[in-house]
Amino acid sequence: MHNVTISSLAAELAGRRLSSVELTRHFLQRIKVLNERYNCFITLDETRSLEQAQAADGLRAAGRAGPLTGIPIAQKDIYCARGWRTTCASRMLSNFVSPYDAHVVEQFNAAGAVILGKTNMDEFAMGSSNENSHFGPVRNPWSEDAVPGGSSGGSAAAVAARLAPGATATDTGGSIRQPAALTGICGLKPTYGMVSRYGMIAFASSLDQGGPMARTAGDLALMLNVMAGFDARDSTSLDRDREDYARGLGQSIRGMKIGLPREFFAEGASAAVTKAVDTAIAEFRKLGCETVEVSLPNTKLSVPVYYVLAPAEASSNLARYDGVRYGYRAPDYADLADMYKKTRAQGFGAEVKRRILIGTYVLSHGYYDAYYIQAQKVRRLIARDFAEAFKACDVIMGPTSPTTAFRIGEKAGDPVQMYLSDIYTIAVNLAGLPGMSIPCGFGGGGLPVGLQIIGNHFAEARMLNVAHQYQMETDWHERVPPGVE
Amino acid sequence: MALTLDDVKRVAHLARVAVDEAEAQAVLSQLNGVFLLIAEIQAVDTRGVEPMSHALDVTQRLRADAVTESDQRDRFQSIAPHVEGGLYLVPKVIE
Repeated sequence: MHNVTISSLAAELAGRRLSSVELTRHFLQRIKVLNERYNCFITLDETRSLEQAQAADGLRAAGRAGPLTGIPIAQKDIYCARGWRTTCASRMLSNFVSPYDAHVVEQFNAAGAVILGKTNMDEFAMGSSNENSHFGPVRNPWSEDAVPGGSSGGSAAAVAARLAPGATATDTGGSIRQPAALTGICGLKPTYGMVSRYGMIAFASSLDQGGPMARTAGDLALMLNVMAGFDARDSTSLDRDREDYARGLGQSIRGMKIGLPREFFAEGASAAVTKAVDTAIAEFRKLGCETVEVSLPNTKLSVPVYYVLAPAEASSNLARYDGVRYGYRAPDYADLADMYKKTRAQGFGAEVKRRILIGTYVLSHGYYDAYYIQAQKVRRLIARDFAEAFKACDVIMGPTSPTTAFRIGEKAGDPVQMYLSDIYTIAVNLAGLPGMSIPCGFGGGGLPVGLQIIGNHFAEARMLNVAHQYQMETDWHERVPPGVE
Repeated sequence: MALTLDDVKRVAHLARVAVDEAEAQAVLSQLNGVFLLIAEIQAVDTRGVEPMSHALDVTQRLRADAVTESDQRDRFQSIAPHVEGGLYLVPKVIE
């Protein structure tokens, strides 16, 4: 039951061969046994999940079921869900029971899906390894000594370990694609503005974007159909006609032009990653695609630009955590200023504080033009690189991450090394483009490699079909981590 | 350009985050590592380039000036650290 796709489970539910209560119980039982090993979930609420499952079975009996009715979905703990503890993996919100639903959660609830639990992540989505969680690191199902990537490490590991058929995630600089790559699953970061940020706890608002994680491109399309859509409560939500992201699945990709950015293949990626990606690209040529070399000359500037802009936005967004209206408050303090300072010193972890300090510095008097404005200008140069490249190709492909999963603790002491592991994903956020990662092979130690597919704005349906065509011909997405039955 | 210990303390104060001496020292060396990385952008020629603050050049939507929220004070205050009589309590500010 846990080894099949969302679309197969949906067919079982639709054929009344399975009930949502049975399905939800099955996953909750697996989580009960295996979560201790992987630490994927921060909060579980069996009663609530089963109530939703029962309601879903009721909807079906009444003939009002949709494609995802009754499907259990794990929610990244960055999405507020009414009545659920929503922590963002921070001590600051460790006691926060959300009084409202995020738009994404509302959408899944309206579709009759079941919230399976809230998944672990890097605190406030700041990290690439899931080691920055107040609730402890997540372990990679392919190797328990390895990180699952981050920040959506709990969601990725839950899908890889078959503890959930699908999970929500968010991506500010690679937080959907990099963990998907490192755990051998599929993840999609949509065009900026496609998925409402309402109730999705803010990190860097001009870059944050929600998206799905699942085991196949087809399942991502089903989830995106639920998640995407206009929401007036997010001022950057795009008011576009609804589309069916599964509509193009099955179309031929013969003649499609794949751009290969010189800078993604030149240096930096490990030999094993490059080999797996090259093999995947050869497979696309067999499917009738043409490849063309393109250039994204400012790629290497994307990491420094990001580490000005994202901390600047974060320092502003996280100013709201002051111990007054909700969340953690320090137990002892002398006066109001002392209360703020101690609450924030104790409530935030080291990486979050580091980024708040960086952001405060680059926005402070005398440094604003040199850092913040200059970074915004270079951001435009990076976006222009992509616009230029898309004149010559339909999609861009390359590695998602320069290496396979690294060991827990390996990069924890060196923030800059950790930041550089997002070299291939960050530019996509800066340009607001859709990007996805699908499994395309294995490197040393049997750890998965991800292929990144980048599309032009609003090209999600096309990208999903590109991935789907590949998955019809290959079986990397069907591989199960050892020890996961 | 390297940051000094005083910079770290000043920024921590601006951000309202308490740091003790030992922490400030440790943070200083990490921040200098990060700023060494960030310094790469300063050599880039950006004359004539408009700063990009948003991924898509869209304008902010306007809406009618009408009440859209209902009163949920009790629900919101039920999760506050310290409330009394419908008010959020904080240490006394004015003597």
